[in-house]
Amino acid sequence: MHIEIDEISKSFGTTAALHPVSLSIPSGALVALLGPSGSGKTTLLRILGGLEFPTSGRVLFDGQDATGLSVQERRAGFVFQSYALFRHMTVFDNIAYGLNARPRASRPTKAEIARRVTKLLELIQLPDIGARYPSQLSGGQRQRVALARALAIEPRMLLLDEPFGALDAKVRKELRQGLRDIHDTTGLTTVFVTHDQEEAMELADLVVVMSMGRIEQIGKPQDVRAKPKTAFVREFISL
Amino acid sequence: MSDITVTKGAPARFRSATEEAPLARWAMIAAAVLGLGILVFAPLIAVFVEALARGVAASLASLATRDAQEAIKLTLTIAAISVPFNAIFGVAAAWFITKFDFRGKAFLITLIDLPFSVSPVVAGLCIVLMFGANSLIGGWLVANGFPIVFAMPGIILATMFVTFPFVARELIPVMIEQGRAEEEAALTLGASGWRVFWTVTLPNIRWALLYGVLLCNARAMGEFGAVAVVSGKIRGQTATMPTTIEMLYQEYLSVAAFSLAAVLALLALVTLLLKTALEIRHADQLAATHRH
Repeated sequence: MHIEIDEISKSFGTTAALHPVSLSIPSGALVALLGPSGSGKTTLLRILGGLEFPTSGRVLFDGQDATGLSVQERRAGFVFQSYALFRHMTVFDNIAYGLNARPRASRPTKAEIARRVTKLLELIQLPDIGARYPSQLSGGQRQRVALARALAIEPRMLLLDEPFGALDAKVRKELRQGLRDIHDTTGLTTVFVTHDQEEAMELADLVVVMSMGRIEQIGKPQDVRAKPKTAFVREFISL
Repeated sequence: MSDITVTKGAPARFRSATEEAPLARWAMIAAAVLGLGILVFAPLIAVFVEALARGVAASLASLATRDAQEAIKLTLTIAAISVPFNAIFGVAAAWFITKFDFRGKAFLITLIDLPFSVSPVVAGLCIVLMFGANSLIGGWLVANGFPIVFAMPGIILATMFVTFPFVARELIPVMIEQGRAEEEAALTLGASGWRVFWTVTLPNIRWALLYGVLLCNARAMGEFGAVAVVSGKIRGQTATMPTTIEMLYQEYLSVAAFSLAAVLALLALVTLLLKTALEIRHADQLAATHRH
């Protein structure tokens, strides 16, 4: 799905988290929102997911105005920074949650839900953990379960907030490839937030560098690296 | 190397950094046991000893009187009405306070705590002033056959006021610690607000809620001051267990007073046992979710 961000701004009280920003994300792209903390990248992601509403501006999905769509109507697969798995449910129930939450008319049968959850567990290469609770999983496993749970609703896009933030370096590398693979198989438009420029450069098709609520540069990783547009980008990239 | 002196001889056992010296440990354990003994166990035992001073039969006979029966019935009815109301209110208030940011939040929390700092007697007097037969509202209500003071509604109001904070106070820290992420995740998965509440919010707070309800219940059954003021202590009608105990005691009917007191204490013990039983039954879930 093609995502168009049109002059979006957001203020919390008197502080501006986002100055009007515009961004066009082509269908099927894997985009990194890169910036230090406080740059507005997470706010922008949450606006895309419908968890925050912009103070002004519009969001367009495939050319349709989606600004007023509720979080449920967005159908965005969202992976939270600390994964936000439901701690009182098994992994199976976590992944099945979105399907069970559908209105009765469009809810799959129990057998169909079980089949889909099993398939997703295979996709994340953890076929045997359905009966476990989140607290019994490692950080990397939790991240993959969160990804499977987001994919279960057959989302129109995938939004990830610092998906590798809480993991050690080795697991991080593995999961980067995992996300790339899942993106390539599903073809979903994917936006992820990161403060790690190496991660953004390695994984994304398109890097959006942000600072202080503004977009500093949009470009392919190699272009951003070769031709930083502003002093901020040059400095941030060279870190 | 030479500046490190190794003590020769005994130190065979290492102590963990947070462990106290044996003497300090035993002194603290002794102080705790002594404190508990004097403040909790001894009075509890005394109640039962006094109740059974003239034998089981005399004790049971005093409980079989109409006044005692009515008092027990009234107290249970009041708890049955005020506890569910306060549970619902407590969940709503805690949810509102922890999931939204708004002006005057600190003030609202203070307001919820108010019944803890106001003396129950004062609370009772306020209800009498508000709804007594001489007040504007109270006069109208009495004229229309719905008296509040010296009747059941007044007792319920007083009990609810006093037990107002228990559930909310238990829930607020737990809900703050859990944050909003799980609820937000459920919303992005397409769940409605109502569904999120029943499938995510409530299961996550159920132990704190249970604990708050039990505390609220214990206090609702035991409340004396506010109820004494608004109820008028009419025997067989508006006298609850605590007020009846007091009246019996004042009349030197100590077996009757302590027998009723023993029943009240037993009710509290039953709620505690209930909580423990639930905890044991759900121990695996508790371990899995890291909740107390």
